[in-house]
Amino acid sequence: MITTGIDVGAKTVKVVLMEDGKIRGKAKVLSGFDQEESAREALEQALKEAGLAREAIGSIVTTGNGRKAISFAKGDVTEARAAALGAVFLYPTARTVIDVGAEESRAIKCDATGKVLDFAVNEKCAAGSGAFTEAMARALEVPLEELGPLSLKATQTIPMNAQCAVFAESEVISLIHSKTEKADIARAVHDGLSSRVVAMVRRVGLDSELVLIGGVAHNPGFVESFKRTVGLDDVRTAAEPDFVGAIGAALAAAE
Amino acid sequence: MAELQEFWRWTEYTWNNPDVDWRKAKRIAAGIDVGSVSSQALILADGEIYAFSNLRTGSNSPDSAHKAVNGAMKDTGMELSNIKYTVGTGYGRVNIPFANRAITEIACHARGANFMAGPKIRTVLDMGGQDCKAIHCDERGKVSNFLMNDKCAAGTGRGMEVMADLLSIPIKEIGELSYQVDTEPAPVSSTCVVFAKSEALGLMRSGWSKNMVLAAYCSAMAHRVSLLLGRIGVEDQFFITGGIAKNPGIVKRLEKELGIESVKTKYDSQIAGALGAALFADTLLQKGGA
Repeated sequence: MITTGIDVGAKTVKVVLMEDGKIRGKAKVLSGFDQEESAREALEQALKEAGLAREAIGSIVTTGNGRKAISFAKGDVTEARAAALGAVFLYPTARTVIDVGAEESRAIKCDATGKVLDFAVNEKCAAGSGAFTEAMARALEVPLEELGPLSLKATQTIPMNAQCAVFAESEVISLIHSKTEKADIARAVHDGLSSRVVAMVRRVGLDSELVLIGGVAHNPGFVESFKRTVGLDDVRTAAEPDFVGAIGAALAAAE
Repeated sequence: MAELQEFWRWTEYTWNNPDVDWRKAKRIAAGIDVGSVSSQALILADGEIYAFSNLRTGSNSPDSAHKAVNGAMKDTGMELSNIKYTVGTGYGRVNIPFANRAITEIACHARGANFMAGPKIRTVLDMGGQDCKAIHCDERGKVSNFLMNDKCAAGTGRGMEVMADLLSIPIKEIGELSYQVDTEPAPVSSTCVVFAKSEALGLMRSGWSKNMVLAAYCSAMAHRVSLLLGRIGVEDQFFITGGIAKNPGIVKRLEKELGIESVKTKYDSQIAGALGAALFADTLLQKGGA
């Protein structure tokens, strides 16, 4: 049976089609204004990639902050559940899943079956999410996808005093005015985000195998800062971090 | 080309009392409040308010302090050397070269509130440009307890500035416009200003008027501040200082939520910090200026 997982995120909608534990097709589109419309579009793209007709797919399960907005889905699972299921499916030893998305982040403790044992979430504040890097990239006048690589070129670590994204924007601007290298500012931005994420991870405990998921895990600057902040030489990053939640939802659809 | 309009600041101005001749005063003391967004200087002649300025903070504290005090002395013939004691306060207080002493803005706002609104004031809410403080004080304006949010832009003037800019509405019009709605909408649900901005845009796309968005944002902000006040406990009488006190869109909604009216005075709520600092300066001057 082919099952479908749709992760309706704040910024993008991800669709994954799975059959017998294998990914048959996937697609990602911007969430836009109408989440259901975007979900339909992503589903069609995924079907096309898989060479399947709409009739071929069985149950559809959604997750993500817009998971209740998709009328054609059979049901939905929480983001934490989807993240844990997806992460353990991809990395069977993973027991702590760190999901940093566009507007939310969460740290999840789970068991070998992907069952959620404990989790912490930040959904109130942009400072712990991708929105923070987006705002800072804007202030630095650097395209978002270049912010991470830029930060890897930093030659020194400078502190960022502001936590709040709104205040940090002013701080970034005054750092630019005081002729601080953009690369060093970019590192400070990622260090700021990392310290927020790590503080959240510590709330669930930092003692088991980690895996980083969510769109922000694409950002090498964040991953580097995260390793330094958390004090680990190596942190596993999911190969396609933004699809893990959708994979988890597709797995939940098979249950 | 049309000049780029700024929506988010309060108007700058200076004031002095023409009926007072400062040259006859025995004591000239000043308070300078260098805030994150605006700076005020206030001059007391024998303990009475003689002159003040309410100007913007520039890129550095010493210049902002000089600009503020020069603004207050404008058209008075007074010079900096005539001021016998100066207390600095606010965000930039440690960087005021001509100040004799720096005192925290919490102490100064409580003292200023005590002067402006009287000794019955027990709770002072200072809503500044980048922080918000709930202060408890005694009948002499002495701080007994306080709570502060300086970590998050939500519930500070900055949050309102972001909204003013987003909607292109001057900050001084926001309060009134926020009541020009048919029904009071539910508050904006996002706490974070960054998310509230996206939410506001979404609401407008779904057909809300700007006034509706303002109403929803004002009540969200009032609620946010009420939580801070709730943690310290609001005791009658209650007074609001800082720029936001001039925004009835927040003040009236906050009063409704708390079930308590705030004391209104003839003074500009933004001068409370500088006034408190000047009162401290005047006291220190009487004690011999040490």
